[in-house]
Order: sequence, then C-alpha cells, then structure tokens
Amino acid sequence: MTSLQFSEVGVRYGRHDALSNFTDTVKPGEWLCLIGPNGAGKSSLLRSVAGLAKHSGEIRVDGSPLRMRSSKRRAQLVAYVPQSPVLPDDMTAREYVVLGRNPFISHFGSETKHDWSIVDDVLKRLDLTDFSHRAVGTLSGGEKQRVVIARAIAQEAPILLLDEPTSALDIGHQQQALELVDQLRQEHGLTVVSAMHDLTLAGLYSDRLCLLHQGYRVVSGTAAEVLRQETLAEFYGVSARVHHAEDGTVVVIPYRQGSSGN
Amino acid sequence: MLAVVSVLLGAMVGPAGPTWWRVPLALLDHLPVLSLHSGVTPREWTIIWDIRMPRVVLASLVGSMLSLSGASYQGVFRNPLVDPYLLGVAAGAGLGATLVFTLNRTGSSTWIIDPLPLSAFVGGLLAVFVTYVVGTAFGGQKSASTLVLAGVAVTALATAVQTFVLQRHTDVVRQVYSWILGRLSSATWGDVRLVLPYVIVSSTVLFLHRRLLDIMRVGDDEATALGASVNRVRIVVVIAATLGTSAVVAVSGLIGFVGIIVPHAVRLLAGASYRVIVPLSLLMGASFLIIADIPGRVLQNPSETPIGVVTAFLGAPFFLLLLRTKQGTR
Repeated sequence: MTSLQFSEVGVRYGRHDALSNFTDTVKPGEWLCLIGPNGAGKSSLLRSVAGLAKHSGEIRVDGSPLRMRSSKRRAQLVAYVPQSPVLPDDMTAREYVVLGRNPFISHFGSETKHDWSIVDDVLKRLDLTDFSHRAVGTLSGGEKQRVVIARAIAQEAPILLLDEPTSALDIGHQQQALELVDQLRQEHGLTVVSAMHDLTLAGLYSDRLCLLHQGYRVVSGTAAEVLRQETLAEFYGVSARVHHAEDGTVVVIPYRQGSSGN
Repeated sequence: MLAVVSVLLGAMVGPAGPTWWRVPLALLDHLPVLSLHSGVTPREWTIIWDIRMPRVVLASLVGSMLSLSGASYQGVFRNPLVDPYLLGVAAGAGLGATLVFTLNRTGSSTWIIDPLPLSAFVGGLLAVFVTYVVGTAFGGQKSASTLVLAGVAVTALATAVQTFVLQRHTDVVRQVYSWILGRLSSATWGDVRLVLPYVIVSSTVLFLHRRLLDIMRVGDDEATALGASVNRVRIVVVIAATLGTSAVVAVSGLIGFVGIIVPHAVRLLAGASYRVIVPLSLLMGASFLIIADIPGRVLQNPSETPIGVVTAFLGAPFFLLLLRTKQGTR
C-alpha cells in the first residue's frame, strides 16, 4: 500500500491562486475525500497529483517526489478519473479500457497478451463483460461510469484519484459506483483521494474528510468532526441541519430558512 | 482484394490500347516465372506500362497518403471533419504553384528539375510551418485549437495572395484552375519515384503511432494522465502527415474529399480503433483514388475530367449519406 504526502502544494492559474499551501498526508489504504464549495481548489489538487497542473511545493508517493518521475512512471503510480471523462462514442468498451495499459507499453509498442488479459479480467470483475464489444456511446450513464473506473483499475496504480465520480449519476448508481470503489480499494489496497459534492455520501464512504475553501485547507477529520452546522453555514453559506444517525452516519439535510421550525 | 481489383481495373480502362481482357494476361506474362500468350502488341504494352501503370501507382500513393493523413489529423485534432489540408498545406501549395505559373513557365523548361512540384511542396510545408509557429506562439496551453485557428488564418492569407496574383495574371487562370482540381493524367514513373520516399517515411511514422492515436481520443488531459506525451505525439504526427501530403499534392494537385471520406468509410465499416483505421485507410484510399481516376479518362474523351471533380462528385453524396446514418444511430 502506498502513501501520498503533500507539502505546501500550491497551484496557480495566471494570477489566480487556485490552491495555496496544502499540506497533508494520505495514509496507505486511506480514502480521503476533499469537500468544499465550487472553486475551493479540490480539482486543482487532484490535477496536480495527476500531472495536469503545474504546482509549487512537493508531492511525494511513498516518500519519493512525484515531480522527478516521467509521465509514464507517474501514470503507473496514479490513476485519474476526471469529472467529465471524454468517451469516444464509437470506441468499444474493451478498446477504451485497454488505454489504461498505456503506462506499461513502450512508445511504439503494442499491447501484449498480458495487457489484454488484465483488461478482460477487469471487465469481468466490474460486470462489464457483456458490454466489452459495445460502443461506449451506447452505454447508460451508470455503465459509462463503470467503464471509466475499469480503465483506471486496468492502470493498476496504487493511488486512485476521483474527481466528482458520482455527479452525473442517480442515487442508486451513485451508491453502486462508490461501493465498487470501496470494494476495489479493499481488494487492491488502493489509496483513494476523491472530490465530492454530496456531503452525506462523502462522509459515508471516506475515512477522512478535508474541507477546502478558496484554495486553503480549513479543517480535516472524520465526518462527525468536519460536517458541523456552523462549518457548513460559514463555508458553503448553506442552511443545513446535521443529523447524527445511531450507526454513526452523518446526514446533511438542507432546509429553507422561512419554512423551518428553528 | 479490393486493391488488386482496382489496380487491374485501372490498367484495363482507357481511351486507347488493347482490348480490356488482354491486359491482365499481359501483366501476368511480364511476371518473371510466367509465360502467356496475351496477344498484346509492343505498342499496346507501352500504353499499359508507361501510361496507365504509373498513373495507377501514383493514384494509389496519393490516395493512400491523403487518406492516412486525413485519418491522423482527425485523430490528433479530435475533429472528424478535419482533412489533411487543415493547417494550410493546400493553400500554401496552391500559392506556390500559382507563382510558378505566373513567373513564365516556358522559361523554366530548360531547368534540371520541374519547378512546379518543388514550389508546391515548399509552399505547402512553409504554410504549415507558419501555422505551427503562430499557433504555438500565441497558443500556450490549448495548442490544439489555436493551431487549427492559426491554420484557418494562414489558409485565408495564402488564398488572398493567390487571388491577388491571379487577378494580375488572368492568362494563367485556366492552368492554375486545372492544377487546383488535381490531375493524374500526366503521371510518369518519374513522379512515382519522386513521391515514393516521402509516402513511405510518412506512412511508416503514422503507422507506428496508431496506438497513440487511440489514446489521443480521450483528450489531452486524460491522455497525459495515462502517461502519453501528448504534445510530442501531436507534433510528430502533424509533421509526418504534412510531409506526405505536401509531397503528393506537389505531383497531383489538390484532390479533395479523399482525406475525409475514406477514413470515415473505414470507421463505418471496420470500427473506430486506429489499429484498424490506419492500415485500412492506406488500402481503401489507394483503391478509391484508382477507381475515381477511371471515369475521368473516358467521360469527356479525348479530354480529361479533373480527378478532383470526380472525388468531390462521389464524395459529397457519400458525406450526406454518412451524416444520415450517424443521425439514425443516435
């Protein structure tokens, strides 16, 4: 299992600081969920790990700096699922998932039998075998999401980054997708960092939440510690009640100021 | 299979020469091991070997190069409507050719090399080079879209200069016009030797990139996250495709539509992966242009219908059909 350390990581777009001085350590096998309003810097943080955003500071994987790695080697360590993945409509699911094997194939090389067997194995485990020769453009939203996760799993990287993995899904498929990620995390010992908007789901699935606001890390801890009525009101500007269920689940319930009893 | 049939067809049809069924026999007769009586006279053999065959071979080279370049451009720019002339090859080559026509071609007949293909080739390369320099200088991060926009600007500029020059030399309009529409009628083995090296180098490079072209389809960000060096792949593919395109354009003129419709036909027939698209575009592009070259020879006998007219005439309805089927599947 692999750890991920951030020390004073900052991301700038032009003159705008999207992320400042982010320091944190994600323990091996931990699921860290980044929360915060739009523009808080969640995506910038994920993109900096994936090598898509220039950053200051240092990101280390198991203690060794990520910036020293070639893009191929980085892709062997970190798999990235973007918020809205580009799915070439006419590509089959199998052709799409095999793209995840790129980090292991030389520049002008081609996939080996081993690569294809990994792809078929991943498709099987994610219940996608029936879709493997279907064009991805013909799949439903939930199936598409599974195919994208399959590509990331085929990458066999110990760190999985998910940017809003469930934003396009209905409540059932949200749960399915997150269950799948959690199951894969257990099986493969993955370290997961995700950005999520649904605070209840974020608290339900992750080990730890980290709240970002305007590029700064505000607070980090368990769902019960981070999801507090005052905190949400201050940083999201939202009126919400926080309900602690008996099983430890923290539920965030929005309410309308006028119609509420408070 | 299609390629073999089209080569035979290309060798068999023409206004002069032997009866059609004797041609395959004559070709077989000239293979080293076989000896057949084909009944083809030496004069007729000259027509087959020195007039029709170079034309067929050149058509196959031009067709496969344009199709392959088109497919590759569509891949690296993630735009299905892109053709190999996107970054200014056509306009640059057109301008180069126009300049040669206006600068009194008769004076150049004593030159060692024909200046027409040379200046078209240089013009095409130069236009893409300017596009590239401008596109990357102003582009910064999103180099793909700015490159395309720079190509549009360079094309407009070169076309404007060409129009201006033509206005002042109306006597060569006819020649330039017929060059622009493309021609294979004057093909010789010399033309074939001229473009063959470029076509081989360019096709080899593009062929090696077929897996990377698949990765480019998921967008720059995701391709980078998958460990691909996106910008390097794009530059190398553009250079290879441009080199090949400029070379074939220099000898054949601007043959339109091949670079768009052949890759799309391949996609419809055989799937969307570049593993398949690249080799099949080569074969189908060659067959398509050989076949498209045939009606041009006989339609307006004894004069020739420009091949650009034939490809567009076949290409436009095909394109509409393609759009219709695409709509149907949605």
